[in-house]
Amino acid sequence: MSSDSSWARALVQISPYTFAAIGIAVSIGVSVLGAAWGIFITGSSLIGASIKAPRITSKNLISVIFCEAVAIYGVIVAIILQTKLESVPSSQMYAPESLRAGYAIFASGLIVGFANLVCGVCVGIIGSSCALSDAQNSSLFVKILVIEIFGSALGLFGVIVGIIMSAQATWPARA
Amino acid sequence: MYGWEMLSFNIHDGFLEAIVRGNRSGLLTAADYNNLCQCETLDDIKMHLTATEYGPYLQNEPSPLHTTTIVEKCTLKLVDEYKHMLCQANEPLSTFLQYITYGHMIDNVVLIVTGTLHERDVNELLEKCHPLGMFDSIASLAVAQNMRELYRLVLVDTPLAPYFSECITSEDLDDMNIEIMRNTLYKAYLEDFYKFCQKLGGATAEIMCDLLSFEADRRAVNITINSIGTELTRDDRRKLYSNFGLLYPYGHEELAVCEDVDQVRGAMEKYPPYQSIFSRISYGESQMLDKAFYEEEVRRLCLSFEQQFHYAVFFAYIRLREQEIRNLMWISECVAQNQKNRVHDSVVFIF
Repeated sequence: MSSDSSWARALVQISPYTFAAIGIAVSIGVSVLGAAWGIFITGSSLIGASIKAPRITSKNLISVIFCEAVAIYGVIVAIILQTKLESVPSSQMYAPESLRAGYAIFASGLIVGFANLVCGVCVGIIGSSCALSDAQNSSLFVKILVIEIFGSALGLFGVIVGIIMSAQATWPARA
Repeated sequence: MYGWEMLSFNIHDGFLEAIVRGNRSGLLTAADYNNLCQCETLDDIKMHLTATEYGPYLQNEPSPLHTTTIVEKCTLKLVDEYKHMLCQANEPLSTFLQYITYGHMIDNVVLIVTGTLHERDVNELLEKCHPLGMFDSIASLAVAQNMRELYRLVLVDTPLAPYFSECITSEDLDDMNIEIMRNTLYKAYLEDFYKFCQKLGGATAEIMCDLLSFEADRRAVNITINSIGTELTRDDRRKLYSNFGLLYPYGHEELAVCEDVDQVRGAMEKYPPYQSIFSRISYGESQMLDKAFYEEEVRRLCLSFEQQFHYAVFFAYIRLREQEIRNLMWISECVAQNQKNRVHDSVVFIF
């Protein structure tokens, strides 16, 4: 590493457990933010549109469920990540392998969190358009649902990469 | 920032936007108009309208119906919907909705002032005012003798006050003056509305500025055609055109010097969006121009529903309802006066 007072050194001095914990927090927190954002975008349009066309409410709950799924991805990954946490002897705390495990869990959390944030917003916006267009013309519902499914697949990409990434997190064996 | 309003638009306005889109699906369709045009009496029209969203407003009307009753009840429905939207609206949507009514306020002011000039009864005039453009002190407009008094006594408390700055004169009111006042006010109003929409930004600015530009251009053409052969000078005419729109500024220079309708046509045909309007009208015919402009306006208003997350749908919905009420008025007048062959002359199908 470089001199004693550089940022790079500061990063290395942060405990890998801190990184791991932040990763887990971001993975669930930001995913839930995305899901909630999507649900309010969909929900406010759905409520308004269902005044004149009450038939759309139960059909368009699917849009809300798609948003909800995004939060569930975050929960699943957070659980997987937290099972990766192991305690290591303090002599091994800053060993390269510990650092790698900490960074891997951190990165995995970031990937899942932000992939799910944009996925939730995307599904929410499409869901809002879906509710409005279904109210006007019910034949549009299935077509827009297909778009919504592709939108919600985006979050899955993040989950897949996040899980593979977290497989890198192996802590040094207890001596 | 353009496009990002998708993220935050629904926080305040998603619910109302969905409601206004729901209301839009209640607008009369071409099939409804075809049925209405077949009607023999006003009671038939009432029967057809009770099957639409106007039903609750018309069903308790006693049988000898008048055209005015139908129009009044239909307007009442629009006003109820408008008030409902205004109650639900947050800033800046509520300001936007209020801007829509300023045009009616100007028309009402002009109506009262002209009526008083011709010594009509104030209460009779108040009944004729558009309910969307009412304000508290409107009845006291009748006492004003000139623009300065009009402004000082009444209008200083209304939202129209800033628009008056350009037309305060001490001249006595006469027909010509009032018409110039109406157009000056409208010019200031449209420019103010345009600036407000630009400030809102995003898709709202994009669509509303387009709609308002069309409105301004249409007014410019109407001012030109109506002022041909009057004592209005070219400079005065030029001053009444709004300072934005497709025609600004070169088209305005050309319109300002026009002496007859065919010159107006020559000036307008240089602009591709208006070329199609004028190509539908044969030479020397200015009667059909209004209808052609209305048709183009309705087409543009309908297109604004194709985009989501913007305010222009509210403007478009209210304008489309007003057009629908004009259509109903025309149809009922034609039926009431046994002029059914002219029924298609001025009806603009909305969908």
